Amino acid sequence: MLSFNIENGYYEAVVRGYRKSLLTSTDYGNLIQCETLDDVKLHLTGTTYGQFLANEPTPLDTTVIAEKCTEKLVEEFNYIHKQVVDPLSTFLDYITYGYMIDNIVYLISGTIHNSDLKELLKNCHPLGMFEEIEALSVSTNPSDLYDSVIVDLPLAPYFVDCLSKEDLNELNIEIILNTLYKAYLEDFYKYCEKIGGTTFEVMSELLRFEADRRTITITVNSFGTELRKDDKLKLFPTIGYLYPDGNNALAKAEDEDGVRAALENYNQYNKLFEETELDGEKSLEDFFFEMEVELNKASFERQFHYGVFYSFVKLKEQEIRNIVRISECISLDRRESLNQYVTLY
Amino acid sequence: MSIITLGETGFFDIEPQFFSAIGMGCSIGISVLGAAWGIFITGSSLVGASVRAPHIRTKNLISVIFAEATAIYGLVLGIIIQQKYTEHKHIAQGIDYYSGYALFWAGIITGFGNMSCGVSVGVVGSSCALADAAHRSLFVKILVIEIFASALGIFAIIVGILVANNASFSKFDY
Repeated sequence: MLSFNIENGYYEAVVRGYRKSLLTSTDYGNLIQCETLDDVKLHLTGTTYGQFLANEPTPLDTTVIAEKCTEKLVEEFNYIHKQVVDPLSTFLDYITYGYMIDNIVYLISGTIHNSDLKELLKNCHPLGMFEEIEALSVSTNPSDLYDSVIVDLPLAPYFVDCLSKEDLNELNIEIILNTLYKAYLEDFYKYCEKIGGTTFEVMSELLRFEADRRTITITVNSFGTELRKDDKLKLFPTIGYLYPDGNNALAKAEDEDGVRAALENYNQYNKLFEETELDGEKSLEDFFFEMEVELNKASFERQFHYGVFYSFVKLKEQEIRNIVRISECISLDRRESLNQYVTLY
Repeated sequence: MSIITLGETGFFDIEPQFFSAIGMGCSIGISVLGAAWGIFITGSSLVGASVRAPHIRTKNLISVIFAEATAIYGLVLGIIIQQKYTEHKHIAQGIDYYSGYALFWAGIITGFGNMSCGVSVGVVGSSCALADAAHRSLFVKILVIEIFASALGIFAIIVGILVANNASFSKFDY
């Protein structure tokens, strides 16, 4: 706390300024009353998004809005990322590794289906781009990819367990993605533990929640597939609140009742099925998004820690998701679903 | 096991002016350390927060002024001690020992008291700048906390002056 501001005081204050410019419930109230995407653009011009859509040709498309919003996030994130020093710079690197993993797996699966490289690169998340990314389309053999591209990345240790996969088909791609993400979360957790202090207290809550969310999502998505119990267990991260008992119980669960029984003892998650059933419109993902927003808002209550940078990125992403969902509802004229965004402030 | 008194170790052969010199250095040096610490803590947050919230710029300079004041307290006591500081005398009298130790501890009191005050004002000032950037109404409320924090420096210098008040080295060299 006492020496935090020497290197990081300015950036923490800048990130808090960014957080203040997130859209509030008033802004969302205005957005859901829009009739067309041009109205949406008009309302967004009044917020800190400003003239970001000024050069886009009308008629607007939801994907264009999403792209431009993400560009704004990347601009704000990079302003900080390019200036900071260790250990904050490594911390921000860790935030980008998650997106890198998503991009790598997306490119590999795109290559298997013989999609065009340019199209694939356009759909990659900008926060996870790196220089050698185009070389991933060269072959589909995991060990070739590892030797040519991945061994130079800081993500190399996460790929150690994946090299034994022979064929890359649909199921295996999912398994690879989850194995990588598990290794990434555990590594990030260890790094935060090394930093210690308030950063660790805040980040451990956020990362454990992320781990549990992945565990439950993998379980629910694997109903009906031929994924074996042991393989499932290997995909669950070991840093969550659910480890070890919840993980074991969820690995054995075959249907909804099994999951419900496994989550009974965990206060945060046992309302999962009640709330997602009651509303009907609210899915599992929405439940987790809401929980995530609460946790990330809470990290701003404390000062002098790195968790605010992580939380800002997550909150901004949620805002982009909200804007995209509202835009889609408007453009497809589904006005009943307009209220399903997660209010941030 | 033999007990040695402090005098037998040769402690009292050290000239009292030596201790008062250390006190003088500590008083100004450590207070300025605390003030500088406080200023960088609050200043960096202030600069960053005013990027998106320019309205905080002028009001929050008061935190920097509070931190600066602790350095001035240290300076004042440093000058007081310096005024009393004299040449070395060949034989030290009782009054010399009294003055030497009193000025030493007066310097330490002021130095460390102001250091803690400076750091405290700095941390609260940083939070004040960030809170003010988020909601304008919070500034005055958090300022009250800062006023309490800066009172610590005043306590330190009051006690320092009281301790150093009657210190004076002997005038004649025997």
